[in-house]
Amino acid sequence: MTDVAWIDAALTSARPQAVGALLRYFRDLDIAEEAFQNACLRALKSWPQNGPPRDPAGWLIMVGRNAAIDDIRRGRKQEPLPEDDAISDLDDTEEALAERLDGSHYRDDILRLLFICCHPELPATQQIALALRIVSGLTVKQIARAFLVSDAAMEQRITRAKARVADAEVPFEAPGAAERAGRLSAVAAMIYLIFNEGYSASGDTADIRNPLCEEAIRLARLLLRLFQNEPEIMGLMALLLLQHARAAARFDADGGLILLEDQDRNLWNQTLIAEGLALIDKAMRHRRSGPYQIQAAIAALHARAAKPGDTDWKQIDLLYGALEVMQPSPVVTLNRAVAVSKVRGSEAALEMIEPLGERLSNYFHFFGVRGAFLMQLGRHDEARVAFDRAIALANTTAEAAHIRMHLDRLMREGRPQGARADKSPAN
Amino acid sequence: MLYAILCYHDEDLVGSWTQEQDAAVMQKLAVVQDKLTRQGRLGPVARLLPTTAATTLRKENPPVVLDGPFAETKEQLLGFYIVDCRNLDEALDVARDLGAANPGGAYEIRPVGLLNPGGLKP
Repeated sequence: MTDVAWIDAALTSARPQAVGALLRYFRDLDIAEEAFQNACLRALKSWPQNGPPRDPAGWLIMVGRNAAIDDIRRGRKQEPLPEDDAISDLDDTEEALAERLDGSHYRDDILRLLFICCHPELPATQQIALALRIVSGLTVKQIARAFLVSDAAMEQRITRAKARVADAEVPFEAPGAAERAGRLSAVAAMIYLIFNEGYSASGDTADIRNPLCEEAIRLARLLLRLFQNEPEIMGLMALLLLQHARAAARFDADGGLILLEDQDRNLWNQTLIAEGLALIDKAMRHRRSGPYQIQAAIAALHARAAKPGDTDWKQIDLLYGALEVMQPSPVVTLNRAVAVSKVRGSEAALEMIEPLGERLSNYFHFFGVRGAFLMQLGRHDEARVAFDRAIALANTTAEAAHIRMHLDRLMREGRPQGARADKSPAN
Repeated sequence: MLYAILCYHDEDLVGSWTQEQDAAVMQKLAVVQDKLTRQGRLGPVARLLPTTAATTLRKENPPVVLDGPFAETKEQLLGFYIVDCRNLDEALDVARDLGAANPGGAYEIRPVGLLNPGGLKP
C-alpha cells in the first residue's frame, strides 16, 4: 500500500474519535470539523516525512485542537498553513498526554457525535446525510451521488441539518446509564436507516448506493466495539452483515430483482455470513431479546439454508410472531404471513393479512403478497386486481417489472401454480 | 523447529481499507505464502474475523463467558487450536472441556474468516 493510501485509511479510521473529542473541546460542530480538516492537512505533510505517529487519533486531536485555538486567538478562521511543519516535533510524551486526556471520554465522544446526527428534530434524510458527512467523512459529492440528488441539493440539506443541530441543546457531560441507553438505540436506528437507504436501491442504482450499506456496517462495527456487551447492537450488526451478504445475488444482469428463493446462493458472501452468525449466537446468549436480534435471527435462518427448501419456515413464523408482540406493525404481520403460507398454506396466510388492507392500502408489498397468495389459491381474477394495484404503487421499475412477471404468468398459464408468496419487503 | 507467527494490527485501520486495498494486501501476502508453500514450509494460515465477533471464556470454576476479545495484559498468548463447530455454543463446549483439563487463564473464541490448511512436509 502506498503512503497516501495508508494515510487515507488512517485518517478515515481516526475520524470519529478525533472529531468527537474536538467537538467536546469546542462544542461547535463547524469548529470541530475545521480543526480536524486542518489536522489532516498537516498529517499529509508531516506523516510521509516523519513516519506515522503511534496513535494517529491522538495526534490529530492534539494538532487539531492547537490549530483551532490558534485560529480562535487570532480571531481569524482562514489562516494559511505554516510554511515549515511547525508541529512535526510532537513527541511521544505529548501523544501519550493526548491519549490520557481522551481515553476516558472515547466512548461517549463517539456516541455523542453519532447521537447529534440523529437529533429527533431532524428528518431521517437529514440525519443520514449529516452522519455520513460528519462521522464517516464522506464528501458532499459522494453523499449526493449515493442519494441520487445534485451536489447543491445535498449541500443545502447538510447545511440545514447543521443549523438545526446548532440550535438544539446537546448535553456535553458524560451521560448516565439511562441516557446512554437512549442514545444508543437512537444511533442504532439511524445506522439501520443508512443501511436501508443502500439496501432499498433498485438494480440500476445498486452499485452507486452499495457504499451506504458498507458505511452503515462500518458505523455499526464502531458502535459494537465501544459497547461490546449490548445484545441489540450485536443483533443490528448481525442483521446488516447477513443482509449485505446477499448483495451480489439480489439483482440480475438487467437490474431486475431476484427473490431470495431464486438467488444463486453461491454468490452469497460466506465471510459476512460467518461473522453475522457468530454475532447472533453471541447476542442470543444474553437472553435479552430485541427487534434487531429477532430480525437477525430470521436472516440467519435464511443464511443457514443451503437451498430454499431447507429453510426453517416454522421457526421464522415463530420469530415474526415474537417481533409482532415486541413491535406491532402491519408490515411485520405481512412478513409473517409469508412464513405462514409456507407452514400452513396460502388460505391461512390470506386470512391473516385481510385485516391489514386498510392500513396498508398504499403499500406496494401488501398487494404483491396478496396477489401471490390469491394466485396460489387459483383465484386469478382477484389476483390480477391485486397485482394491478401493486404495479400502480411500485417504488422502483424493478418492483413493477417483477409484478408484471407474475401477471404474465397468470395470462399464460391460467393455472393455480407457479406463483410464489414473495418474502417482502426484503429480498 | 516450527514457528508460529501471530499477526497484530490496528483493527480500526484495517477495517478502513477499501476492498481494493484489502485485496492488494492479500495478494502481496499470497506471494510470500506461495514461496513458503513451494518449499513445503507453510502450515495453516488463518485470517480471523473481527474482535467484535469474539467471545472469551475465563477458566474459572465455574468458567465465565464474556463478550469481546481477550483483553488482559497479565496473561500471554501461549498457543491456539482450530476446531470445527456448528455454532458458538459448540465452540464454548470445546473450550470448557479444554479448560477443565487445564484450568487458569482464558480462551478467546474467535470465528475464522479464511483458512488455508497449508502443506507442511514432515
